[in-house]
Amino acid sequence: MARLSISHLKKTYGALTVVDDVDITIADGEFLVLLGPSGCGKTTTLRMIAGFIAPTSGAITIGEQDVTNLPPWKRHCGLVFQSYALFPHMTVAQNVAFGLEMHKVPQAERGPRVAEALRLVRLGGFDERYPRQLSGGQQQRVALARALAMEPQVLLLDEPLSNLDAKLRLEVRIEIRELQQKLGLTTIMVTHDQEEALTMADRLVVMEKGQVRQIGTQRELYEKPADRFVAGFIGRSAFVEGQVTGQGRFRTAGGLDIACTAAAASGPATLALRPERIAVGGEAEGLPNRFQARIEHASYLGAQLDVQVALNEQDRMLLQIPNKVGLAEPHVGESITIGWAESAGLVYPQGA
Amino acid sequence: MSAGSQRFGRYALNGAAGLSLGFILLPLIFVTWLAFFRQEIPSFPPEGYSLKWFAGAANNKPFIDGFMLSLQVAVASTLIGLLLGVPASLALVRHRIPLGGGVSTLLLLPLVMPGIVLGTATYVFQIEVEIATQLPVMGSLGGLIAAHTLVVIPWVVRLVTASLVGFDRSIEEAAQNLGAGPVTTFWRVTLPSIRPGIVAAALFGFVTSFGNLEMSLFLVGPGRTTLPIAILQYLEWKIDPTVAAASLIQIVLICVAMIVTDRYVKLSRVV
Repeated sequence: MARLSISHLKKTYGALTVVDDVDITIADGEFLVLLGPSGCGKTTTLRMIAGFIAPTSGAITIGEQDVTNLPPWKRHCGLVFQSYALFPHMTVAQNVAFGLEMHKVPQAERGPRVAEALRLVRLGGFDERYPRQLSGGQQQRVALARALAMEPQVLLLDEPLSNLDAKLRLEVRIEIRELQQKLGLTTIMVTHDQEEALTMADRLVVMEKGQVRQIGTQRELYEKPADRFVAGFIGRSAFVEGQVTGQGRFRTAGGLDIACTAAAASGPATLALRPERIAVGGEAEGLPNRFQARIEHASYLGAQLDVQVALNEQDRMLLQIPNKVGLAEPHVGESITIGWAESAGLVYPQGA
Repeated sequence: MSAGSQRFGRYALNGAAGLSLGFILLPLIFVTWLAFFRQEIPSFPPEGYSLKWFAGAANNKPFIDGFMLSLQVAVASTLIGLLLGVPASLALVRHRIPLGGGVSTLLLLPLVMPGIVLGTATYVFQIEVEIATQLPVMGSLGGLIAAHTLVVIPWVVRLVTASLVGFDRSIEEAAQNLGAGPVTTFWRVTLPSIRPGIVAAALFGFVTSFGNLEMSLFLVGPGRTTLPIAILQYLEWKIDPTVAAASLIQIVLICVAMIVTDRYVKLSRVV
C-alpha cells in the first residue's frame, strides 16, 4: 500500500471543464470518499487515477512514482467497477487469477493467492462457478477479490454498492470497511450516496462542478461546512437570505436582526441553520435569537417531525423536532416560539 | 376473449406454422426420397429402392473435383472474410469513422444484391483487372476466392457487429486495470466474448460460399468447377437420382456442421 497524491489535476473537453484543479493527498491506509452530485467530476477523477482518462494537466503520484503518463496496465491500482465487469467466459478462480497471471506471478503461487482472496471476501468454494451463476452480491465480492488478489498499491471503488439492494448494501458497506482496515488498504471510493460516504470514510472530499469544495472528516464537514453548497449537501440546512450588517450581526431579507458568530464582511450573505439546532417552545427560553413563527407545513416522520415555519413574509426555516413522549403535535397555522444560539448559524457571503 | 376463440386462435396459428414448415421441408423430403429410387427416370410410385446412386455420386469425378474445389474456396473465403470482417466490425462499432453508416451499408450490400448482378459485376471487374495488370485473374482460384470473400463479409459484419453492440466495454478496462496490455486484452477478453458471433459468422459464411451458384457461374475457368456447377452441368444431360444423392450428402454435411456448432454456441442466440 502507498500514499497517493493528486496535484492540480484538470480535465477539459473543449470549452467544458469537468475536473478543475483538484488537489488531494491520501495517506497510506486511508479510506477517502469522493462525494458529490452526478456530473461533479468524481468519476472522471477516479478514472484519471486508474489511467483510463488522460488528464489535461496536473500530476498523479502513487507512492514515490509519478504515474500521470503511465497506461492503466502499469499502475497497480485495483479498480472495482460499478458493473463489476467480471469476465463472463472465465470461472471465479480464473477471474481472480487473471491479475496474477498478468503480473507474472509464478503458477505455483497463484492457487494459494486466489484461494486467500476468495476467503477474504467469504467466497471460498465458489472457484469453479461462472459469473452468471452468482447473485449480484456475490459478483460484487468476486470483483473485490479480483482487485485485491494482485495486491494493488491503491484500491479504487466506483460506486461499488449502487447495484445492490438496500439491505445488502448496509452489510457490504461494513464488510468493505472492515476488510479495508484489516489490510490497511489505501482506498478511494466514489459515491453520490451521502449516508454511504459518511459510514465508510476516514475523510471525505465534497466535489461540485469539477471542483473540490471541501476536504474533511464527517464532523468537520457537518459542523463547519466551507460553503453554502457543502452546508446543503452534507445533512440539511435551512437557508435565510439577508445582509451582514456588522461584526456578528445579520439582518434577514424580512428585516429580522440575528446574532451570529461569523466574521463575514458586510454585504449580501446567506445564513445557514441546521434544523435540529433550532429549539422550540420552552427550550427556546433564554436563547439570543428568539422569534415567533407560524407553522406552514408539518410532516410526521416517526422518529422526528419536520416542520417548515415562516417568521415573516420572506424568512422561512426548517425545524426538526424529536418525537419525544408528550410532544404536542404541531398544526399548520399555529404560532410557536423558536430560538437558537449564536453559534448555530453559519453565514456565507453571497456567491460562496 | 372467450376460451373458444382462444382455442381457435391457437389452432389457426399451429395450422399456419405447420403449412409453412411443410412448404419449406417438402422439397427436402422429396430430394431425400428420390435419392433412394431404383429407376433412372424418376416416376411415382417408385419401382423399388436402391443405394446405387450414392455410389454413383461418390464415384463421379466432376462431383468429387467440384466438392474439393468448393471446400477449398469456402474455407479460404471464410478465413479471409473473418480476417477482414472482424476488424471492420470492431472499427464500425467502436470508433466514429467518417461515413460509418455508408461503410456499414456497403459491407452488407453483397447480401441483398442478386447473385447474377454480383456475378456480372465481378466478371467485368476481373476482366478489367486482368487487362490492366496482365495477371491471370479471370478464371483463377484466387479470383474465385476473392469473389466468394465478398459474399462472406456481410455475414461476418452482421453477426460480429450484433455481438459487439451488447458488449460491456468495462470488462476490457478491467483487464487493463489488472495489468493486461491492449493486445492481451483483445485476445483474452474481447475475442472470447464475441466468439459466438464469430463462430456463427464462419458457419453462415461457409454455407453461403459452398452453395453459391449464380456468381460462381461467371468466374470459374475451364476444368475448374464448383460442386453446384458440376451438379447443374450433370442435370443438363441426365435426370437420374445421382443429383438427389449428391444433394442429400451435402444436406447431411451442413446439418452435422450446424449441430456441432450449436453444441458450442447457441445459434438461436446470435442469429
